[in-house]
Amino acid sequence: MSAWTPVCRLEDLAPERGVAALLHPVADEQEGGRPAEQVALFRLVDDRVLAVQQHDPFSDAFVMSRGIVGTRTVDGEVRTTVASPMYKQVFDLVTGRCLEAVGKHPVRDLPADLRTYPVRLRDGVVEVGAAPSALVGEPAGREVA
Amino acid sequence: MGPRHLVVVGGGMVAQRLVEALRDRDAAGTWRVTVLAEEPRRPYDRVALTTYFSGRDPEDLALGDAALWSDPLVTLRRGEAVTAVDRVARTVTTATGRTERYDHLVLATGSSAWVPPIEGADLEGVFVYRTIDDVAALRGYVEQLATTRPVVRGAVVGGGLLGLEAAGALQALGARTTVLQVGTHLMSAQVDLGGGEALRRLINGLGVGVRVNAATTRIRAHRRGGVGRLDLADGGRVDADVVVVAAGVRPRDELARDAGLATGERGGVVVDDTCLTSDPDVSAVGEVACIQGACIGLVAPGYAMAEVTVDRLLGGAAVFPGADTATKLKLAGVDVASFGDAFGATPGALEVVWADPVGGVYKKLVLSDDARTLLGGVLVGDASAYASLRPMLGRELPGDPSAYLVPAGAGGAPDLELPDDAGVCSCNNVSAGAVRAAVTEHGCTDVAGVKACTRAGTSCGSCLPLVTKLTGTELAKLGVTVSKALCEHFELSRAQLYDAVRVAGLTTFTEVVARFGNGGRGCDICKPAVASILATTAPAHVLEGERAALQDTNDHVMANLQKDGSYSVVPRIPGGEVTPEGLIAIGAVAKDFGLYTKITGGQRIDLFGARIDQLPLIWQRLVDAGFESGHAYGKSLRTVKSCVGSTWCRYGVQDSVALAVLLELRYRGLRSPHKLKLGVSGCARECAEARGKDVGVIATDKGWNLYVGGNGGFTPRHARLLAEDLDTETLIRTIDRFLLYYVRTADRLQRTAPWVDDVEGGLDGLRAVVLDDSLGICADLDAQMERHVEEYEDEWRATLEDPEKLRRFASFVNAPDVPDPSLAYVQERGQVRPATADERAAGTTTDRGGPVLVATTLEVRR
Repeated sequence: MSAWTPVCRLEDLAPERGVAALLHPVADEQEGGRPAEQVALFRLVDDRVLAVQQHDPFSDAFVMSRGIVGTRTVDGEVRTTVASPMYKQVFDLVTGRCLEAVGKHPVRDLPADLRTYPVRLRDGVVEVGAAPSALVGEPAGREVA
Repeated sequence: MGPRHLVVVGGGMVAQRLVEALRDRDAAGTWRVTVLAEEPRRPYDRVALTTYFSGRDPEDLALGDAALWSDPLVTLRRGEAVTAVDRVARTVTTATGRTERYDHLVLATGSSAWVPPIEGADLEGVFVYRTIDDVAALRGYVEQLATTRPVVRGAVVGGGLLGLEAAGALQALGARTTVLQVGTHLMSAQVDLGGGEALRRLINGLGVGVRVNAATTRIRAHRRGGVGRLDLADGGRVDADVVVVAAGVRPRDELARDAGLATGERGGVVVDDTCLTSDPDVSAVGEVACIQGACIGLVAPGYAMAEVTVDRLLGGAAVFPGADTATKLKLAGVDVASFGDAFGATPGALEVVWADPVGGVYKKLVLSDDARTLLGGVLVGDASAYASLRPMLGRELPGDPSAYLVPAGAGGAPDLELPDDAGVCSCNNVSAGAVRAAVTEHGCTDVAGVKACTRAGTSCGSCLPLVTKLTGTELAKLGVTVSKALCEHFELSRAQLYDAVRVAGLTTFTEVVARFGNGGRGCDICKPAVASILATTAPAHVLEGERAALQDTNDHVMANLQKDGSYSVVPRIPGGEVTPEGLIAIGAVAKDFGLYTKITGGQRIDLFGARIDQLPLIWQRLVDAGFESGHAYGKSLRTVKSCVGSTWCRYGVQDSVALAVLLELRYRGLRSPHKLKLGVSGCARECAEARGKDVGVIATDKGWNLYVGGNGGFTPRHARLLAEDLDTETLIRTIDRFLLYYVRTADRLQRTAPWVDDVEGGLDGLRAVVLDDSLGICADLDAQMERHVEEYEDEWRATLEDPEKLRRFASFVNAPDVPDPSLAYVQERGQVRPATADERAAGTTTDRGGPVLVATTLEVRR
């Protein structure tokens, strides 16, 4: 099986508004295959597409795609961010790093940072890498070519 | 030659200030000082004594820097009452037999509480209110009584400043308290009759009884011991288990008398303007000093005397500048201030009075005969202007004096640019210039820093609003403002941004952030705020173009996000009026989609557990049944709650339901800085709880009373009366203006209650804007509301008609019909609720025996 899952066309994505995507069909899981994996995809105003896990570690709900995209200056550097729609934690969309926990802790001692996924654009089709980056904080090759 | 020896008799606040000032200025160490204090503790803040009741530690009353007492040139002897002064030998002798030789002597013995010669004044349970020990004994006594009887009754003899503070303290200890005032009104030394009347109502409001013209003739014992009741001169009697005598103070001048020093007619050691007594080696300062013909029982003039004495000891030429007798009552919930010529005794003085007997507010300014120079004033019920006005004493007030009397918000009186030499903190003699310098020259960046640097506001605290304001103004000038900036992307506050966007006529976030932003692409703070601003300056559908990216998820999918990632749906039910067919339609939708159903506090029906991909299906059914979006998700009008009103109710005087429906349909969809709730009651019984709403309307025989600024929630507030007996047309026009003025000028997420406080001039200022058009913006507000009403469309109906907008409700971009597999529900009380993490885990590990997981998709009709 290919390491890349085509999910949609670039023009299906509205700038700065996320969508959810399924990496493996739910049917796979029901048939004993790989569990469904939900990712949140974000198209930025410069047409970069970034992907992080759809699961919000602070609320335990699959909602990250519904957060507001923005920027935040951290140590003089402008980071692209998404804020959880549930309790408003702010995450770096490129590294997945939790920039502001708003005084809360993730459920079940999950990592506060989000897993990030590689994304590429082939003939106008957005493809998401199958394997989450092993190390949170490594923004490996997720810029659209 | 070693340093000369200064002996200070008395260890109160003025003594502390004198030693502090001396050690501050006598860098060469020409004086060493010994303080002989009768109390067994360091000098403490007697002004704040009452706060000792609210659980403060005695240590919290400590004054100044404790390091002062470890200065090698300073000796503090506690528990050493001085018994004699030998002016020839220049020595003092204490009760413990110690003798100190002095080069200069300062008497700072203060006052003692005066107990009138009433029979029974020595009974157990009769207290005075002067020292920490007095207060501690009183507290212990009351707490002891409280263990033996259900109600402890307290009486305070004396209705002056101290008496009221004592009454407040007794009340705080749980005693049911009555104040007995000999004169015609409370605080008669500071406040005129009108102010005293307003004050009485405020004190009554605290649950403290007040009897004026009540001279106590005898205190009688209780048959079980201790005090039992007081007899009054008019034959009346007051039962009391504990009595505090606060009938005044007398200077403790006995040492001076015995030593042959001149004393005043009504007591006190006579001193000249340099604070010297009739013996040039002896000074007197503070309450014991009879200066310019009188003893002054206030700390600020005492501090001034201490400074004068130190200056003279060091060879200076300072003279007493005259007493600042301004006072402010420190009693929670009762605001009283008096300053300058409070009684208008100056020849030709004019008085400007503003009184609101209902609200318990009385304010008076005393002005020179040309009505320009401020001579004094009395503020009861709302003393917020005190901090700004007091430093203007003797100066010309800019503008109309009455402007300073209208109720002010948290910000205080109209802006006064104080001269640098105007005093701000009279306790610590700090000028406006010194506060400014703390910011500009000493680098203070907040009020706490300014307090530490200047000591302003560290004693009685009544000047803190002014210190805060001055600090903020100076910081703003330096560009390190106490920020009202929206977020890192906008320097402007929401109100400023609203005006900027409106005037510039911008219609998109990209334009707004490019024109007024700091760079960057916004965030979850400013994007929804800009979306809200654009909603009323350039109305468009929430999902129109770039607007869609600005919305919080609730506004984006026009439903309310719940904890598991599903949403709830609330159709509008204007005024809470719904037909049986409507109820059946809502019920059918809930049943078909398996939604949990609950009645809301705003008289509507909330349907929970809808997946994002179900929302258009649910709404198609609701719209077909005649419903429209209820905007339960928006920072916008939520509901107009109503009682059934005159059509059915035996007591109703107006048709509250009809008005509620009219208002709800008028303001539906109006985006605002925070949610808006309205209520309409058909009579004064107020069954709609309208005064708990941002806008509350209550029917009267003649029309409608309009209340504004109420809310429930974390900080409940009752709405306050804005206008009375309005006809329906005027009522609606006034609400139109109120709402849009709020929409234009409130901070982000600021509800109407704090906003009304922030409006310049508070409720009266607001009244001037929306009723008298003082800003000349009403025509503009009226036109804006007309446009809102005309252009309103149901955003759910519009969404259902637009396939582009509907695409946003896909569960997954690559599997739009696959429901979110993470959602799981269990049955409870006949309906579903989200499964807990444990239930979820159990449900996936066992087929049977675990909780029943209910998929909400089962019965969906597509």
